[in-house]
Amino acid sequence: MRSLIIEPTAKTPKVIMNSDINVFEIVGRSIPEDSVGFYRKVLDWVDEYAKNPNAHTNFKFQLEYFNTSSSKCLLDLFRKLEKMYKNGHDVVITWHYDADDEDMEETGEDYKALLEVPFELVSI
Amino acid sequence: MTYSYYKNMQVNNIIFVYQGEVTAELVSSILHMMENKLDGDGEDKKIKKKVFNVMVECLQNVYHHLDTLEVSVDDTEVNDRTALLMIGKEEKDYYVITGNHVLNERVAALRSRLEKVNSCDKNELKNLYQSILNDGELSEKGTAGLGMIDIARKSGQKLGYDFHPVSDKYSFFSLEAKIARY
Repeated sequence: MRSLIIEPTAKTPKVIMNSDINVFEIVGRSIPEDSVGFYRKVLDWVDEYAKNPNAHTNFKFQLEYFNTSSSKCLLDLFRKLEKMYKNGHDVVITWHYDADDEDMEETGEDYKALLEVPFELVSI
Repeated sequence: MTYSYYKNMQVNNIIFVYQGEVTAELVSSILHMMENKLDGDGEDKKIKKKVFNVMVECLQNVYHHLDTLEVSVDDTEVNDRTALLMIGKEEKDYYVITGNHVLNERVAALRSRLEKVNSCDKNELKNLYQSILNDGELSEKGTAGLGMIDIARKSGQKLGYDFHPVSDKYSFFSLEAKIARY
């Protein structure tokens, strides 16, 4: 399927959704005023992808900053991945955070507690 | 005159103060400027991140939630969407202060939310955050009701707030968040 690539800005992360090379990444900052508008494209893409996913899907998140309106959008995204997992697909979410960023580690733990999909915290 | 402004800001440890209309572009500019300032001051990375996070939430909170003040100027009704934004650095803390008009009918709900947040310890804030994140729907403004909780969690201190009655319709709401420098 067609890839979704979004270049990063001061307020939005770099997004790579490429099923051909099996790379799914959201990296950078996610602090837009209109998070719903930004994530709609990503959520729509994942809906399409979920219809016929790869044998193994690893979704990588590596966020430096994110605001609370993004946090709800991310949960919506995680829920879609959780659903794929529950439908029998091999899905893993990896949450990368700076080793000294306790807040980002804690946020990862918040999500992990709410989700029933493999969710790995990776300290970098 | 200019010197007295300068001295006043200096003794009050004010890095930045803005009074005027709050737009998304303005919020971006302030964040960019403050990030450079924190980098330039060689601030500890952890503290810098906390300050930046609290600034984002405080400024976007004003951007999303300020109530337009209807004022008449020369018998013409105009919409006033101005607010006060202030950032300072004291010996022990950074602080972020915002001030904006809210409709009096919203004051009780805001006050009770702030009282609730301030009554929580670290763990209770975590639980509250998780439960609202999980249950809460996004408002039409794309906010999730998580802002105050997030500010309190990152701040690690109680939030300061005040509602100053302005008229029978409006109050001036101020919010102060502090971030310890060490």
